[in-house]
Amino acid sequence: MSIGITPHNDNKQMTKAAKLLQFTYIVLLILTLVAPMLGLYPVFVMKLLCFALFACAFNLLLGFTGLLSFGHAAFFGSAAYITGYLIKSQNFTPELGIAAGAIGAGLIGLLVGLVAIRRQGIYFAMITLAMAQMVYFICLQAPFTGGEDGLQGVPRGALFGVFSLQSDTAMYYLVVALFVAAFLAVSRIVHSPFGQVLKMIRENEPRAISLGYEVDRYKLLAFVLSAALAGLAGSVKTLIMGFATLSDVHWTMSGEVILMTLLGGMGTFFGPVMGAGIVISLQDTLADKVGSWVNVIIGVIFVLCVLAFRKGVIGELQAWLERRRHAAAAAKP
Amino acid sequence: MEIFGIPHQAFLGQLLLGLVNGAFYALLSLGLAVIFGLLGIVNFAHGALYMLGAFAAWIMLDKFGINYWMALLLAPLTVGALGVVIERLFLKHLYKIDPIYGLLLTFGLALIAEGIFREMYGVSGQNYDVPELLSGATNLGFMVLPNYRAWVVGVSLSVCLGTWYLIERTRLGAYLRAGTENAALVQAFGINVPLMVMLTYGAGAALAALAGVLAAPIIQVNPLMGSNLIIVVFAVVVIGGMGSIMGSILTGLGLGVIEGLTRVFYPEASSIVVFIIMVIVLMIRPAGLFGKEA
Repeated sequence: MSIGITPHNDNKQMTKAAKLLQFTYIVLLILTLVAPMLGLYPVFVMKLLCFALFACAFNLLLGFTGLLSFGHAAFFGSAAYITGYLIKSQNFTPELGIAAGAIGAGLIGLLVGLVAIRRQGIYFAMITLAMAQMVYFICLQAPFTGGEDGLQGVPRGALFGVFSLQSDTAMYYLVVALFVAAFLAVSRIVHSPFGQVLKMIRENEPRAISLGYEVDRYKLLAFVLSAALAGLAGSVKTLIMGFATLSDVHWTMSGEVILMTLLGGMGTFFGPVMGAGIVISLQDTLADKVGSWVNVIIGVIFVLCVLAFRKGVIGELQAWLERRRHAAAAAKP
Repeated sequence: MEIFGIPHQAFLGQLLLGLVNGAFYALLSLGLAVIFGLLGIVNFAHGALYMLGAFAAWIMLDKFGINYWMALLLAPLTVGALGVVIERLFLKHLYKIDPIYGLLLTFGLALIAEGIFREMYGVSGQNYDVPELLSGATNLGFMVLPNYRAWVVGVSLSVCLGTWYLIERTRLGAYLRAGTENAALVQAFGINVPLMVMLTYGAGAALAALAGVLAAPIIQVNPLMGSNLIIVVFAVVVIGGMGSIMGSILTGLGLGVIEGLTRVFYPEASSIVVFIIMVIVLMIRPAGLFGKEA
């Protein structure tokens, strides 16, 4: 599969850009840390970070392995349910509930992945969509998911049984910490030798096979990792909001995470975060003003992205910087 | 009289309902397969086009007093024309890039269509009465057959077989199949491939709309009817493999019947049985029942 992504250059010319990037990340992190004091509504930022994490997990698969999963809501949503059920009905502490949610999602990811990697490309997307729909129906009918109502009133509890998460501020810093850890984990995975093989699979799968790599194993592991991280996002979402509902596991959620990644720039590190930021802010500001038109607007953005804007915000920015650098290099004698 | 401990009237009723659903699966997966063959695009908007067909029929009756029989012709023509516009405006820009973009674009189109109709009509269904000529039921002795359902199965099967004949046995079909194999070569032989591609998408859209009109009197006409169906149809397509027209028809009907039977014996699993079959087929024969190994 060849998705238009600017190749990542690691040579020395990039060091200036890399430093600038590092600086940007640090500024962003500081801004995030002080955001509640600047008057931003913490629950909104937490929700945003949650979806940013979801989109980063998804990007690991689409952007860096070239696999389009149309069923990531299954992992996000089932983890949301697992965490909600364990904390609410089994009195799990939050950290155990979240861990169980992420592991549960990873296991479901293993099952879905085993089936889906039997086909490539467009079939992969259709199979993941169908499998996710199966998970949706199971969540609809299972005895512990609360059917149409979902799980309501999940308590935040106390971290390790000690630190209460009732206040939004305490919860906020837990979410920031989890997000940063997951973001660094994704970046570590992508830059590892394993991540390099994933990129090779994205660029040229037959060649990877001919070089002796067991492509299916790599794809499966990438799928499981992505599912587990998506699950982490879903678990944290339950804890923040206090509920898990059918919309968490519905195919529209799978569509939303695709849009976030596409809009921000797939195959870039910060793109999904950016995309999640745009989509969540848009939904938040528009929801009470335009009702169902939100879906129409999301659909229009989808169409525009695919027709004119396939690199996404960050991708286009990178391409622009790249062009400028080349122009500057060409101007020098 | 009972069959496997189930009252035979209930059994045959569900079997018929399964056959009706199967007929819709067949009509939709047929259109998907033809579009994918020539355009290389998995048309997520297919469900939305089906929904538009049903709504077109309902609006025609409600606002303009156009009856079912005229709608059966006019709704597919309208939606087919819309399909042509979609192809010209959007899809033709995507033929040279990765097919996943086609899926994403048509997904966006489906969201737009669904959102607009949700805003206009809400999520509750609209009733569409069965046309008088087909209302009532015929007593066959061993079961009571609702006339309209028999009509739906009959029409769908005829249209499916007609499409099969058109594609597999006529000159036009030969052009289409050749275009699927190698569009550039067919173009070099002087056949207007872009026109053919455009009309193919229009025809696929019209087929989906026809299914929508047929479905209107059976189910409530509502904006979400399409996306719920399209995901099952995707599974049907994966099971059958998109390579063969007859394969799509048989798989669609067969899965509809299996789903109906599941509703009799183990109702809880009826909504997921198609997906379970998909998993089994992928494990045993990844290319699908009628697909060729890529």
